[in-house]
Amino acid sequence: MSIISVRNLVVEYAGRRVLDGLNLEIEAGETMVLLGGSGAGKTTLLRNLLGLERPQSGSVVIKEVDITRCSPAELKRVRRSIGVSFQSAALFNSLTVEENVALALREHTSLAPSIIELDVWMKLAAVGLADFGKLYPQELSGGMRKRASVARALALDPEILVFDEPSAGLDPIVAAELDDLILFSKRVFQMTVVVVTHELASAFRIADRIAMLYQGSFLAVGTKDEIRASQNPHIRQFLDRVPDTIATAHVVESFFEKYLSSPEVTP
Amino acid sequence: MAKFIESVGRDTLKRLEYVGGLSIGLWAAVRALRTALPVTGNRYRWKASIVQMLQIGVEATPMVGLMALCCGFILAMQGGSELRRYGALSLVIDLVAIGFTREIGPLLTAIAVSGRSGSAISAEIGTMVVTEEIDTLKVMAFEPVEFVMAPKLLGALIAVPCLTVVCNVCGIFAGWIYMFFSTHLGLKLYLREVLDSLVLRDVVSGLIKSIAFAAIIVLVGCLEGFRVRGGPEAVGRSTTAAVVKSTFLVIVADMFFTAIFYFTGKH
Repeated sequence: MSIISVRNLVVEYAGRRVLDGLNLEIEAGETMVLLGGSGAGKTTLLRNLLGLERPQSGSVVIKEVDITRCSPAELKRVRRSIGVSFQSAALFNSLTVEENVALALREHTSLAPSIIELDVWMKLAAVGLADFGKLYPQELSGGMRKRASVARALALDPEILVFDEPSAGLDPIVAAELDDLILFSKRVFQMTVVVVTHELASAFRIADRIAMLYQGSFLAVGTKDEIRASQNPHIRQFLDRVPDTIATAHVVESFFEKYLSSPEVTP
Repeated sequence: MAKFIESVGRDTLKRLEYVGGLSIGLWAAVRALRTALPVTGNRYRWKASIVQMLQIGVEATPMVGLMALCCGFILAMQGGSELRRYGALSLVIDLVAIGFTREIGPLLTAIAVSGRSGSAISAEIGTMVVTEEIDTLKVMAFEPVEFVMAPKLLGALIAVPCLTVVCNVCGIFAGWIYMFFSTHLGLKLYLREVLDSLVLRDVVSGLIKSIAFAAIIVLVGCLEGFRVRGGPEAVGRSTTAAVVKSTFLVIVADMFFTAIFYFTGKH
């Protein structure tokens, strides 16, 4: 059964179509990786999945609630079942790591402070930061900040966990640790995981299914093996890391030819 | 000519849009204000409001006090030099007392708070936008207006009138320093003269103005912060805009309030 359904999603910025009628079903309990290059529309899709933007048309249904048309109260209720770890970690700098994790528990539950303290410790221990709760985000390394943001995302035991570029800006070892953490979180907390990334290694390690995004459309949605076996030229280019031929493109070539033959260059 | 009219129209629409944004912000903040109140509201918001009171009010007290002393002394000297010629030096007391409570106190405080706290509010929220902290608040099912704006507004609504009272006291005290060196007037007698020259309406009108100024400064600061798009340079621009716009709007609002009190008062 789908926990997230994206139907005919269209997003435009200033008349430019960024997402072009996307359709996607994400099953409960699976790890879906939204893979694509820069400018493919991954972040826009993510923002629409989280209800941070309203699309021009189409719908995003999460747990049977269309978040593009629901009331603010319903949207809040849906959001409580989603944990998000942003690309920049987005920890609140004025709060300690513990306070960051405790924030949602304090505000959205009526748990006793001692229970919240215990829960926070457990979440921090799960991401390997049990001894760092008293530190402020600026005192942590990039990888630790990401892990702290995962702990915060896990705070309310969400049904859906969303990661925006989890390995961006991290060295390969820390990125691999974070992949392990995503796999571990999914196994332990039994949740649906949605990951937006352009990192191939990470995507193929953690995904159950991959949705390949290109210029606002899905080129393919399938298992890792299906994506690996795809013969779509854009998917092959992405997987085989073939650069675009911008420098030899006709427009660029003709521009340089025109420039070189101009009187300024050849008097 | 057509282009000129077009640009005037476009600019007018832009200004109206800004004022509309401020009105919507005011409405949202007033609705969210109850969450920051003690007892009935959320205790974490109330704590945040106290922090804001300290930052906006207590920390600005030395600066505002010193500015008021200087302005009080300047006003007394300028007034004294003219009034002495007509043998009406005693009117300096009225000039300083009424001038400060009705006008200079609230305005001077507002300008100081605008430069100090308006810019800080805008920079803080702008940075939160850039670092995705505002988005994080939304996906954590918090209302950014409630979480960020309400404590600042409540803090300012309490701190700025208090700061205005401090400003008035310091300004009036500076008037006594002038009178003491000019006529050896004792403090007790000076204060009696001050109380005779003031009516409750003077003090209340000044405090009403200071409440309105506090709301303007916080609203403009928050609106500029929330409107930040792009990187750190956008935060810098929003900070400058917050100070310039809030100072301008404070002076415009001051004119309207003065006109209202002028036409509704006895002459």
